[in-house]
Amino acid sequence: MPAVSKGDGMRGLAVFISDIRNCKSKEAEIKRINKELANIRSKFKGDKALDGYSKKKYVCKLLFIFLLGHDIDFGHMEAVNLLSSNKYTEKQIGYLFISVLVNSNSELIRLINNAIKNDLSSRNPTFMCLALHCIANVGSREMAEAFAGEIPRILVAGDTMDSVKQSAALCLLRLYKTSPDLVLMGEWTSRVVHLLNDQHMGVVTAAISLITCLSQKNPDEFKTCVSLAVSRLSRIVSSASTDLQDYTYYFVPAPWLSCKLLRLLQCYPPPEDGAVKGRLVECLETILNKAQEPPKSKKVQHSNAKNAILFEAISLIIHYDSEPNLLVRACNQLGQFLQHRETNLRYLALESMCTLASSEFSHEAVKTHIETVINALKTERDVSVRQRAADLLYAMCDRSNAKQIVAEMLSYLETADYSIREEMVLKVAILAEKYAVDYSWYVDTILNLIRIAGDYVSEEVWYRVIQIVINRDDVQGYAAKTVFEALQAPACHENMVKVGGYILGEFGNLIAGDPRSSPLVQFNLLHSKFHLCSVPTRALLLSAYIKFINLFPETKSTIQEVLRSDSQIRNSDVELQQRAVEYLKLSSIASTDVLATVLEEMPPFPERESSILAKLKKKKGPGAVSVNELEEGKREGGELNGGGERGGDSSSTPSPSADLLGLRAGPPVTAAAPSAGSLLVDVFSEAVKQPSPTAFLRLFVCKNNGVLFENQLLQIGIKSEYRQNLGRMYLFYGNKTSVQFVTFTTTVTCPGELQSHILHIHTWNSLEPLIEGGAQVQQVINIECLTDFSDAPLLNIKFRYGGALQNLTLKLPVTINKFFQPTEMASHDFFQRWKQLSLPQQEAQKIFKANHAMDTEVLKAKLLGLGMALLENVDPNPENFVCAGVIQTKAQQVGSLLRLEPNAQAQMYRLTVRSSKDTVSKRLCELLAEQF
Amino acid sequence: MQFMLLFSRQGKLRLQKWYVPLSDKEKKKITRELVQTVLARKPKMCSFLEWRDLKIVYKRYASLYFCCAIEDQDNELITLEIIHRYVELLDKYFGSVCELDIIFNFEKAYFILDEFLLGGEAQETSKKNVLKAIEQADLLQENFSSQSPHNCLSTP
Repeated sequence: MPAVSKGDGMRGLAVFISDIRNCKSKEAEIKRINKELANIRSKFKGDKALDGYSKKKYVCKLLFIFLLGHDIDFGHMEAVNLLSSNKYTEKQIGYLFISVLVNSNSELIRLINNAIKNDLSSRNPTFMCLALHCIANVGSREMAEAFAGEIPRILVAGDTMDSVKQSAALCLLRLYKTSPDLVLMGEWTSRVVHLLNDQHMGVVTAAISLITCLSQKNPDEFKTCVSLAVSRLSRIVSSASTDLQDYTYYFVPAPWLSCKLLRLLQCYPPPEDGAVKGRLVECLETILNKAQEPPKSKKVQHSNAKNAILFEAISLIIHYDSEPNLLVRACNQLGQFLQHRETNLRYLALESMCTLASSEFSHEAVKTHIETVINALKTERDVSVRQRAADLLYAMCDRSNAKQIVAEMLSYLETADYSIREEMVLKVAILAEKYAVDYSWYVDTILNLIRIAGDYVSEEVWYRVIQIVINRDDVQGYAAKTVFEALQAPACHENMVKVGGYILGEFGNLIAGDPRSSPLVQFNLLHSKFHLCSVPTRALLLSAYIKFINLFPETKSTIQEVLRSDSQIRNSDVELQQRAVEYLKLSSIASTDVLATVLEEMPPFPERESSILAKLKKKKGPGAVSVNELEEGKREGGELNGGGERGGDSSSTPSPSADLLGLRAGPPVTAAAPSAGSLLVDVFSEAVKQPSPTAFLRLFVCKNNGVLFENQLLQIGIKSEYRQNLGRMYLFYGNKTSVQFVTFTTTVTCPGELQSHILHIHTWNSLEPLIEGGAQVQQVINIECLTDFSDAPLLNIKFRYGGALQNLTLKLPVTINKFFQPTEMASHDFFQRWKQLSLPQQEAQKIFKANHAMDTEVLKAKLLGLGMALLENVDPNPENFVCAGVIQTKAQQVGSLLRLEPNAQAQMYRLTVRSSKDTVSKRLCELLAEQF
Repeated sequence: MQFMLLFSRQGKLRLQKWYVPLSDKEKKKITRELVQTVLARKPKMCSFLEWRDLKIVYKRYASLYFCCAIEDQDNELITLEIIHRYVELLDKYFGSVCELDIIFNFEKAYFILDEFLLGGEAQETSKKNVLKAIEQADLLQENFSSQSPHNCLSTP
């Protein structure tokens, strides 16, 4: 046979290829190619009509030239001519050329499609296959338009040859991927699904790829494939290695088909039919058992094929996440692979175990392999394998092993490849915060992180450590001592200087008693780094210095000396110069009392609020009226402490469990968008993204205060309070620039229905049309809820900044739940009322995927923030949450009950709301579904 | 599968098959990047790597690297055996295939691949059936050739 294949050869082509290969240089090659192109062009243009063979040969040469990486701009027409040749070999080359050099020339496409149409209807299976291959290779929209209707017919027709069916199935798949709208299975669906039963294994192998893709998009229409797939799989798995003849690959029966069947099943939940499920579990067990049997061949192909099925089966087991026994067996099997001599298997085992670690059934089993994984991190020679090991350590980390894992990751960081350092740093930072039991460990870890991999420590990470130190007074002394020691190193990273400057400026006094770290020593240490740092760090250090003057009056003259020096007070950088001038002046004219007030210790960082807003809140602007203290206290308690951990004193001690969900954020120094929410999200996204105005709105469903909007120019903070059907909202407009905003006007409007009878809004005080650079102004809005509503009022802001008109429209976060009065009730009452609200339209339900980690404390905090009463010991299932409340509107009171059922395995929630008014149930459900 | 590349140890591309629509420029960029990445890897290293949002599966046979890009949920090991099966098919067809066979008969390498994989999915995994299809095509070719023998002798 081989002789045949070469015998048809085009000698001219072979000579040309040899010539190219013999070219000594790139130039020579290009010269030879240009010569050939000129030759072919003249032949194509010549008067003499070319015979089919010559045409084929030249087209093939053009193809070769193209594949070498050169551009081809002619020959398409000749290739299209070849398509209609009745000689197979010419047709074949024509199709190959078209497949490789797709041209969007519409005239040509029409001709190509014509030729394809002829071949498809030729009833010659070889020609039909060629045409189908061409469609599958090109897969353009034009082809989909022309053939998407015809191919399903070919696929399911009784008289179609097997080989044509195979091509048709995959051809359709390709068209479906490019133009899903044009491929309509409709009436063919059930016949396509039944191809899974086809006698010909090749047909099943090809068809299943199509079925899998279609099932992913339309699971319901194709769900009958599940039982067919299970029975097919079962037949293969239980067959002897010789039963399937040529579909057995190195003693493994139909490995490709088995993998595809297991993959198809992953598009669906576990089969509901007990018999089907039983059969499937049996298959999975058999596959796991086979892994323990001695290999039938020493060839790597045998073990690869066998393990390919095994890994696919494990993926399915993980996907189902409902069979503890299988999960643990899968984990043990992967555990064996962790120490396998084949690098490929170790890699895959680490990868697969990562997903197992997140299942509650197998998390513990995965953890038993910690030593092996740590060893892999240390000893694997291939960085991609080490990366997998690091991923797995991260996934298996919990409170019990966090210290060990973080220590190992830190020590790995010292030698880690540059390509993965940044990711490692983030992982360490996240784990350290998430599982910090004592905060001195957390501080140590982050400082180590900066020491080892300072360049890869992003701002969010060092902001965070400062935030935590400031909020926890038990760790401040320790942090000051540690950072002081770290700064002793002859070369330390700039990020360390930043943290050091900030912490010593705040808490240097806590270690000043020790003569080794006396105020002057501290100052000299910091200042010794000053000249090595960038401008922002220097600015931060200057602020630390003025804080020193307040903390330690004995350093005043030294520091004033520094501020007065030309390099500061005449610094070419405006920011530095300004700070030096202002601080110098401040230190010389302000009395100690004033100084102490101005330079007071930083207040604790409130959750999800920027520093600007925190200050505003502390001062409580003059316009603020007395609020119902009790209600306010309750609401804020619910939002802020996240876990009921807040003590009686004013400094909030955020609960660590709330942190891991990132209820708190907002870097302390600059006021970045606090809405970017969780640290987890923050550090993973490359930049702090500005959410859309509506995204901001969503953040306020469960809380009343925060930043509504922020861009480079303007920050808008909100503080609101609600009582009965009345609300008052304070808006704080902060000018972030140093230039004044002029003609600053705001208007609040209620679009549509809202205006006339739903919400009644009026602004209480008018604003000055001018906001100075760096200043904030406040506006108060009164709100009255007349009856229930779903839209939000709009706030329009217009002002001029440096001559340019800025125009901004935002939704005000007034949602119906703001008018909730919590209602406490006992279990019995709750269920009675629940039953009373049993009309179908009174209930709204949503099932949705968790967008955040499912932490009980955080969920509670959010539900409390919603304004309802969170009822304990009501639902028989302690995992579930139930709440009750009454919405107060002027027209009526709407009683509402809520039930939230988390499913940790599936990472899903079911939310059910019942209330006496259907629109309220619906709206509450919508609002809340976006919160978890 | 999104694409398959065959390249030599010197980095010369011998075969390229794309199952997703990409511009020529993008194809060239991907090829350059991947050839470089794969050639830089040491022999004992693992056959899989993450690249952009794809998984790369590669294996070296003598002087040739076979390199496939698959998607996240695709199975690495079975892809490795797709490569092997393709090599077996080439081997059987050409009779201990070598790089030169693929260079001089590149069109055949494409035809065999199309019989085996279509649209990036396995179409026919039986070695016999694939070779039978190619054989039949060759037979058609021979018949036509024998009808017009002068064609074979015509000069370039």
